[in-house]
Amino acid sequence: MKLSKLIFCGITFVIVFMSLLPFVWFVNTSLKTQAEVTAIPPKLASSGSLHFYRSTIEEHDLLHYVKNSVIVAGATTCITLFISILSAYVLARLRLKYKGVIMGSLLLVSMFPQISIAGPVWKIMQSLGWLNTYQGLIIPYVTLTLPLGIWILTGFFRELPKELEDAARIDGCNRIQTLYKIVVPLAAPGIFTAAILVFIYAWNEFFFALLIMTQRKFQTLPIGIALFQGQYTLPWGEIAAASTVATVPLVLLVFFFQKRIVSGLSAGAVKG
Amino acid sequence: MVMKTKCSSITKERIFAASLLIPCFVFVCIFAFYPILYSFFLSLHRIILGLPSIGQPFIGLENYRELLHDRIALRSLITTFAFVSVSTFFEILFGLIIALVINRHFRGRGLVRAAILVPWAIPTVVSAQMWRFICNDNYGFLNYILFGADISKYRAWLADPFFAFAAIVTADVWKTSSFAALLILAGLQTIPDELYETAKIDGANAWQRFRRITLPLIKPAILIALLFRTIDAFRVFDLVFVMTQGGPADSTNVLQFYGYKKIFAEGFMGYGSTISVLVFITVFVLSLVYIRLIRTRLFTET
Repeated sequence: MKLSKLIFCGITFVIVFMSLLPFVWFVNTSLKTQAEVTAIPPKLASSGSLHFYRSTIEEHDLLHYVKNSVIVAGATTCITLFISILSAYVLARLRLKYKGVIMGSLLLVSMFPQISIAGPVWKIMQSLGWLNTYQGLIIPYVTLTLPLGIWILTGFFRELPKELEDAARIDGCNRIQTLYKIVVPLAAPGIFTAAILVFIYAWNEFFFALLIMTQRKFQTLPIGIALFQGQYTLPWGEIAAASTVATVPLVLLVFFFQKRIVSGLSAGAVKG
Repeated sequence: MVMKTKCSSITKERIFAASLLIPCFVFVCIFAFYPILYSFFLSLHRIILGLPSIGQPFIGLENYRELLHDRIALRSLITTFAFVSVSTFFEILFGLIIALVINRHFRGRGLVRAAILVPWAIPTVVSAQMWRFICNDNYGFLNYILFGADISKYRAWLADPFFAFAAIVTADVWKTSSFAALLILAGLQTIPDELYETAKIDGANAWQRFRRITLPLIKPAILIALLFRTIDAFRVFDLVFVMTQGGPADSTNVLQFYGYKKIFAEGFMGYGSTISVLVFITVFVLSLVYIRLIRTRLFTET
């Protein structure tokens, strides 16, 4: 009994250690000085210098990338949630034929490989003159996150007690009023869960950002991090600093809302 | 009277329901389904982005014939399948172990779960740069762990075809095992505790309990995780773009990256679209299997 507990603790420790170590190493790198980063063999300790954060902001326009990411991910989250709430309400509550087909098609969309729609989406955006615009990126993101939002919210809406809605209807609320006065407040935890997942998706997305945003002015953080160039060598310190900035908000979300994320992910993928 | 208004309101309700779905339809049809068909259309034409003067001549299945004789495409297909199977295998294996751990009740379980979710939440581009740095020949952590201060032995891991492939697999497994774990965990949580209690009373040891109770009962969950990860692994792109650019010697040139290169770097919109179609059909077939698997749940709930 004691031994099995020891093994269990050991495995748990290894898992946590392996999950965190690579990233901790990268954060540590971002806190080094130039001499420490380029030391051969590598030095383990960092001097806690903020040099790379300063140079990333001043020389690589870090805040500009952050701004673009906030705008794109924020707008995507709002639009996706608004549309998802309307659609999920229909799928969870109203009488309509072919609900199964609709849910199935949405699931299919969520599995599309990006390359299979990349060329046409790029062509559409080009003909609209929307390459290098925020809407040019927000629109594909909304399309690709709608399945996630709708699946999660449909699940949450179904579990709400129907009686409250019926009572509201009897009191003279129409469907739309019932939706935003009763259903939305009651499903707030579910909506929040969907918001976190959609936000993380849009914040992290790389492929479409690479196609649509070819000018530096509109590029999001992942593009910046992937394309940082130094004069002679790769600016590892700056890359590590920008990576840390891009990841810290997500790590905070994970630590504060771990339960919601777990429930949302398993709902989105398995249950519906 | 109540019955009567209810019946006559069904049509009204349906019209109302359909109208609420319009925004969703607009997005999904214009920017997801239409592009799929458009990709197929493009693949039947010769379109070169740098040469608008040649127009868009219709060439039938010419691009597909070319694809059959494209050695890099064949290599890319094999690389993709190798990547998908190896990374999915390890993700399910580690996912199962992680799921078994976080399913137990112990103090600090929330923190452990959060720590495990960190790799999942990290932007793929960040994790790609991170692993690229770890594999770096001069400043990398990997060389340091293996060889310490003996810099004469330091290797450029990503310059070696085999290790570059292994690095991409490692980065993917590191990032997505926790997701597989969550899917398997959902299955684990449906197993009633009483089953284990009874087995214990009957004298079954831990391994027997795992083999005879846990494994059979979470088989559906594992299957779902397997399919989900397979489909997702087909879309690998960010890791390849950042870590290896498909090299060295095309050893990490997966289909999605090859298609991207053909269309956007080389400008062969028509030929590149045949690769898009190929990837789509593969994933589509897998998705149908997946949807069939969970359809029972889909319909019992609707």
